[in-house]
Amino acid sequence: MEFRGIRSETPLRMLTCEHIVKRFGTYTALDGVSLEVPAGKVFGLLGPNGAGKTTLIRIITRITGPDSGRVLLDGRPMTNEDVARMGYLPEERGLYKKMKVGEQALYLAQLKGMPKAEANKRLREWFERWEIGGWWNKKVEELSKGMAQKVQFITTVLHGPRLLILDEPFSGFDPINAELIRSEILRLRDEGTTVMLSTHNMGSVEELCEHIALVDRAHIVLNGSVREIRKRYSTDTYRVEFKGPRVAFAEALGFHGELVSHTEDAEHHSTAFVKLLHGATLNTLLRSLVVNVEVKGVNEVVPRMHDVFIRAVSDGPTTNVPADMTE
Amino acid sequence: MGKIKLIIWREFWTRVRKPSFLIMTILGPLLLVGGIAAAVALTMQEGGPQNIVVIDKAGLLTNKLKQSDDITFYYQPEDISDSAFKASPYTAMIHVNEKVLTNNTIQLFYKDKLPSQSVQNHLSAEIEKALEKEKLRVNEVDPEVYQRIKTALKIQLFDIDKEGKRSYDQIKAGIGFACGYLIFLFIFLYGVQVMRGVMEEKQNRVVEVLISSVKPFQLMMGKIIGIALVGLTQFLLWVLISGILGGVGIGLVKDRIAASAMEQVPAGMTVQLQQQLGAEQETVAGKDDIEDLNMMLELWNEMPVAAIVGLFIFYFLGGYLLFSSLFAAIGAAVDSETDTQQFMLPITVPMIIAIMIAQTAVYNPDGPAVFWSSIIPFTSPVVMMIRIATGNAFEHPWHLVLSMVLLVATFIFTTWLAGRIYRTGILMYGKKVSWKELGKWLFYKG
Repeated sequence: MEFRGIRSETPLRMLTCEHIVKRFGTYTALDGVSLEVPAGKVFGLLGPNGAGKTTLIRIITRITGPDSGRVLLDGRPMTNEDVARMGYLPEERGLYKKMKVGEQALYLAQLKGMPKAEANKRLREWFERWEIGGWWNKKVEELSKGMAQKVQFITTVLHGPRLLILDEPFSGFDPINAELIRSEILRLRDEGTTVMLSTHNMGSVEELCEHIALVDRAHIVLNGSVREIRKRYSTDTYRVEFKGPRVAFAEALGFHGELVSHTEDAEHHSTAFVKLLHGATLNTLLRSLVVNVEVKGVNEVVPRMHDVFIRAVSDGPTTNVPADMTE
Repeated sequence: MGKIKLIIWREFWTRVRKPSFLIMTILGPLLLVGGIAAAVALTMQEGGPQNIVVIDKAGLLTNKLKQSDDITFYYQPEDISDSAFKASPYTAMIHVNEKVLTNNTIQLFYKDKLPSQSVQNHLSAEIEKALEKEKLRVNEVDPEVYQRIKTALKIQLFDIDKEGKRSYDQIKAGIGFACGYLIFLFIFLYGVQVMRGVMEEKQNRVVEVLISSVKPFQLMMGKIIGIALVGLTQFLLWVLISGILGGVGIGLVKDRIAASAMEQVPAGMTVQLQQQLGAEQETVAGKDDIEDLNMMLELWNEMPVAAIVGLFIFYFLGGYLLFSSLFAAIGAAVDSETDTQQFMLPITVPMIIAIMIAQTAVYNPDGPAVFWSSIIPFTSPVVMMIRIATGNAFEHPWHLVLSMVLLVATFIFTTWLAGRIYRTGILMYGKKVSWKELGKWLFYKG
């Protein structure tokens, strides 16, 4: 744990993309995209449909080449061998329907360069751990979609890649299996794997990702640690619980804050959302409030990634669309 | 290289293990040999015994027709009414009119079903013979003189450049056509399998998983080569099984063939006449057999068999590689089988033209259409085989060399082309692809 602590202070860059441009005819899919993926972390690549996420991932996995720009791994240009060593779960994924599960997993592992015996051994371990040993001799077409997805996940991580790229890893899973995948991702991270995942599921971003990049219309619009980004998107709004008359509370706000919303229960306990006005701080606000009402609790409203996403995508970071204040 | 081997092995092994492969492997030769055997059996023993009544008022044929196992003749000088014939055990009735010697016509009435072709052949041969004899007698011609006059012409063909040797160009061209047709069949059967395989990978979405491990080009070539091996395996098994089945079949019917051959000996001439013709003559059947054998030996000696087999394999593989890479590109470009039509047409048209030209080449291997189509790579695998088999290609070595070089160059080019379409196409979902779009893909960087 100590080792991880040190590493988080001086994050090593595992993967670096520099000014990547990709055009398809007249359409520009990526326009000068740069980002850094720190080593040993879970990195979230976010963005609306058609923003260029999959194109970027395909460039990183060398499925297509960029028109300009480059991808570095550990600071040096990436090679085909690097790609063969990484684990990649594409968004559009599937298996040969007529092939048996075990045979197919072995085939895919061998294509990744694993010796057959080694692949067999590790596969058996995984199948045992997930209690799916009975699937080995089934054909893929006999499995449900979720079951096939589990097999697909195993084949992606079987060879113990240092860099794991997962494009929408949770699609097609029920909540129980999504949780299983989530815990596997965290386990792999703890074992030192760097994970880059693209997803629409903002809940999983908050739970999993330490860093994110948000791609929109071929550009990176947000990039950094989740904590910093949420802070940056804070709207200086506070949730204040108090006891006392509403009029007195409103009076006390004065030039310090603006009342966004207010609710009161039967016992005259009120909950108000207050946005600080220019020049005010939480301290000046509180000083003014405590004179008029009995303050029970105060906490800052931190924007959820969901809201950050929508705000960043809808029109950039300067807008004042309020964060979710109704709980 | 290790990865491409893995891909080849998977393509080969999953296909060879399919029940459909086993069924086709066994059924193919069975259908072929069975079909031939059935046809032979049908002509040999069709219909059962025939009791034929011959109404012969003038007595021209009475007791002069030779019977066979299945055919028995009954002679009757008086007409039989239709109803009496229908009620009788006779299966057919022949009316011999009195002017038969001048009008050369008889009438055959049958009930239930038409006498088979072999019965009809027997009847006409017997009646012709009897009438000839009768005519010889009436015209006071010595049968021996007639036999000397009677002429059955055989044309023996010689090429003046190959002194003293019979020319078998027609047969050789036939062999060449068979080889060309095999190539045509192979390209279509297995080219379409390549296309289906690529489409399957695209529809299953396996392809993106795979190409993070291997290059698209490796994936495409692995499939093409793997399926070629499936085809070759099936082809060899067919040859083997057909050989065994054919051997067994010939063994079974040999006695019957020999027996029927002996029976046919007197069909051409009477025993008496044969004896008169002298000792140096052998039986007709025996002579034919030896001629066949001689012809085969001469052909074997005359044709450069090793070169032909080598070139057959060359054009076989060259043609397959050329077309299957295009089939792979189509499979990668489309989303479903129904979209393949517009792209299939430009591939099928040259192949069909090739077969059509090949048919004319059998009779005229020197025509300009044959020349051009044996040089142009899209038709050359089929057409050149005929020129090779007839030896025509060896007389113009530069034609052969040009055709071979062009074929290799073209399949390298089409494989490259297909590789570029493939690489873009396999990752393109839900898009209706046009020719223009395909053209753009060729120039995508990456």
